[in-house]
Parts: sequence; C-alpha cells; structure tokens
Amino acid sequence: MTHEAKRKIEGFIALLLSTMAALVGLFWLVFILGDVLVHGIGAMHVSLFTNDPAPAGVEGGGLRNAFLGHLIITGFATLIGVPIGVLGGTFLAEYARGRWISRVISILADIMVSVPSIIVGTFIYALMVRPVGHFSGWAGAAALSIIMIPVVLRTTEDMLSLVPWTLREAAFALGSPYYKVIIQVVYRGAATGIFTGILLSIARVAGETAPLLFTAFNNSFFSYNMNGPMPSLTVSVFQYAMGPYDDWHAQAWAASLVITLFILFITITGRLLIKWRYKQ
Amino acid sequence: MTNKVELEIKGLNFYYSGDIHALKNINLTIHNKSVTALIGPSGCGKTTLLRCFNRMHDLYPKHRYEGEILFQDGNLLANGNDLIKLRSRIGMVFQRPTPFPMSIFDNVAYGLRLKGIKKKSDLAERVEKALKHAALWDEVKNKLTASAYDLSGGQQQRLVIARALAVEPEVLLFDEPTSALDPISTSKIEDLVMQLKKDITIIIVTHNMQQAARISDWTGFLMLGELIEFGTTERIFTAPSEKLTEDYVTGRFG
Repeated sequence: MTHEAKRKIEGFIALLLSTMAALVGLFWLVFILGDVLVHGIGAMHVSLFTNDPAPAGVEGGGLRNAFLGHLIITGFATLIGVPIGVLGGTFLAEYARGRWISRVISILADIMVSVPSIIVGTFIYALMVRPVGHFSGWAGAAALSIIMIPVVLRTTEDMLSLVPWTLREAAFALGSPYYKVIIQVVYRGAATGIFTGILLSIARVAGETAPLLFTAFNNSFFSYNMNGPMPSLTVSVFQYAMGPYDDWHAQAWAASLVITLFILFITITGRLLIKWRYKQ
Repeated sequence: MTNKVELEIKGLNFYYSGDIHALKNINLTIHNKSVTALIGPSGCGKTTLLRCFNRMHDLYPKHRYEGEILFQDGNLLANGNDLIKLRSRIGMVFQRPTPFPMSIFDNVAYGLRLKGIKKKSDLAERVEKALKHAALWDEVKNKLTASAYDLSGGQQQRLVIARALAVEPEVLLFDEPTSALDPISTSKIEDLVMQLKKDITIIIVTHNMQQAARISDWTGFLMLGELIEFGTTERIFTAPSEKLTEDYVTGRFG
C-alpha cells in the first residue's frame, strides 16, 4: 500500500469515529429533549400554573407554588450572587491584577465551578438549616448564590481583562481616579460580556435540585415566607417523579419542560449577546 | 515662538521596576507655546520621558524618579503632588486612538464632568468649543450621540485630542499620535498640532523624522536613555553638533 493510500484510510477512519461519537452524543440529547417535549406538552394544562398542589389522590392540582417559589429563590440568589461575583471579579482584574493573590483566587474559583452542587447544599445545610432547626428559602437562595459566585466572578474577571489597558491609561491621563475609571470606562467596555456571564450563571442554577433539597426543601402550600421551607420546581419534579400517582408524573413532565425551556431561553439570549458583541 | 519656559527638567533619572535605568541625567527646557519633538531609535527612552511629565509611571509599582521637573515654580515629581490635578493640566494623547465606549459627546465631556461641571448648557458649549478646536466639529455635529466607535481612526484620534483639550490643559503630550493612521489623517493631525501651539505647549514623541522636522520648533534627540542633543529643530536637522545626531537625522541608523 502506498503512503498516500494509507493516509487516506487513516483520515477516513478518524472522520468516521468522530462522526459516530458526535451522533451518539446528539442522539441522547435529542432523545431526552424530545421525550421531555412529548410528555411535557401532553401534560401541559392551565391548572399547572394556576392551582396549588391538591391533596394526594385528588385530581386537578397544580404547581403554582413551585413556579413562584423557584422564581423567588433564583431571584434572591441572583441578588446575592451577582454583586459579590462582579465586585470580586473587579478586584481580581483591577486592584489585584498581576499579584499572586489574584491567581490563587482565580484557580480556587475555577475549582468551585466544578464542585458537585450537592456539597454546596450540605454545606449550607450545616451552616443555615441545622443551627435554626428548619429549612428555609434563604438557605436555598444562599446555596444557589454560592454556585453562581465563582461563575460570575470568573466571567467578570475575563471580560475586564479584555478591555485594553490603554483605555484605562487614557482615563487616568484625564485625571480620573481609579474607581471612576472602572465604573465609567471599564465596566462600559465589558458590560455585554459581564451581562452574558450573569445570564449564563442564572441558567446554571435554575436547573439545580441537589442544593435546594437540603436547604429550601419543599412546601405543598403557596408561600412567600423566605424564613420557612419554600417550594421549587426542581425539587417538586424530583418528588412527583418518585411518587406513586400518574397525575404527579404528568405534572413532573410538564414542569421539566417549563424548566428546560426557561434555561434554553436564557442560554440562547446569552449566546446571541456574545455574537452581537463580537459583531460590533 | 516665545521663549517663556513651561517645563524645566533638571538632572532627571528614571528607573523602572528592577532598577532598570531608563533615563540618565536628562536636562532640558520646554518652551511655552511651542512644539518640542522627542526623537530617537526604539527603546531610547523618549516615551519614558514623555510619561514622566504627567506621572503616568505612577500607575505601576517600583518605579523611581530622581531629579526635578519644574512646572510653574513647583517640582511636579515631588511626593504628595495631586496627580489628578496635574493630569488635568498636562494632557496626553496616545499612539492608538483611545475613545471610551460611550457617545461622541460623552467622550469629550468626560474630563469636564470629572471636574464637576454638570450644567447641560455649560457642557454643550465646552464640548462644541473643544471639537471645533480639534477640527472635528463639522464632521460630527449632527451625530454627537452616536458611539465614538463609529468614527474612523483619524477622527477617533481627533476626538481624543478634543477630549484632552476640553479641560483646557496647559501642556499636551503626544505619544506617536499618527503611527496608526493613514497619510491623510496624519496630515490633519499635524495641521492641528501646529494650530494648537498658539494656545498650549506641545511635546510630541515621534518615530517619523520628517514629521519632527515639519511640525516642531525644538527637537531633542535621545539614545540609550541619554539626551544626546537638544536645540531648535532647524539646527538639529541642518547643523547638529553631535556626530550621533547627524547620523540619526540623515538616516544612517535607527
């Protein structure tokens, strides 16, 4: 066999293997999304959004409480996590730029990003649930914010580092103090990137179940009380899917579809923002 | 060309972090309302010298100044000087245009707002004046709210000059302001520099010797951190007293 023929065969095999791997991955993705879509649409009903859960065995219950609880917990997690993440990222990229402490915190944040979320849940359980003796919405929000912080922090740091250094020098040369340089010039330059990072971090926590299981737990009733157990979609899906009633299973499917669409929407918005930013 | 002294540099030494001796015993007089060009081969210290005048080096750790730069009877290198005030009196324009990510108007108003000018009519008046001064007004007067990034490179550079002029500095430092521009934009900037010297003192670092010859009144030639020769541009380019200067300005090296 000639050298060229051998290389062609090798190339073909590599192409075949990688195409097959991609197809296998894609198959499961489409399968899962398709399954959620088919079952979810079949189970979708207005009562899902308007009614609170009915007593076990009674028809016509919904998950209104879980939708609201989920939004409230995610909302507070964002309110806690985003300022800390953005300010932390600012510290790393601006005030501590080039210092060893900045490198160390960056690496720790990267590790934090990949820490299993259930560990964050048990951590908050020990910190905020055990001592007071009951689950709470605050604990849920705290757990989710801990997952958000490293994501927001790292994107902020990266986005700020992309702003050319000469832009800062130009602002300094006009007699601007550093905090004004950051707020008025650097943040503006990095705004789209930071906002995208925030959106993607919300998408990341919106689908979390494990950290809520130990912290916000669940609640079959409609509740605004962040000091008590709060219902959430993901934990409800978990409990309903495990439960014995067909009615529950159907609602779990529908709720899964809603979460999936929500996350899909945020992710696509984030991606479009990135694209728009680089077109500029 | 007047002969009033704007800046008096006396025995200036500058060290970067790691004790790199970048400027060696510089003595130099910058004359009021004139254009002084700093020329020399890459790495000779001309930009380093320029960045001493607005204390830009202070942004980075472990630098060290020795000597004095007298500016209006005070040593601007003295510890405890108000750098924010200093930098509003000695402005700087960089090699690449540095418009801020905001509108054309807000770019020019940036320094004014820093100074605490808030009234809309005052801002509008001074922005217009600065843009006219920088010969950009006619090109942008109908799109002041557009992003500064919509302008061409040459326009951006004039915008940045307008931004620096808006706070009415006494000295304006130019660090190779045309090296990223096309010939037409370059000649516009050069015309502008010659216009501006009626009102302010200009120090310009340039790689382009024709440019130095065209627009400056005084020229300083630096090499390896030393000021080899300083004099009127006419003399430096026609009858330099140092052999090194002659070799450089006739293009024998560099």
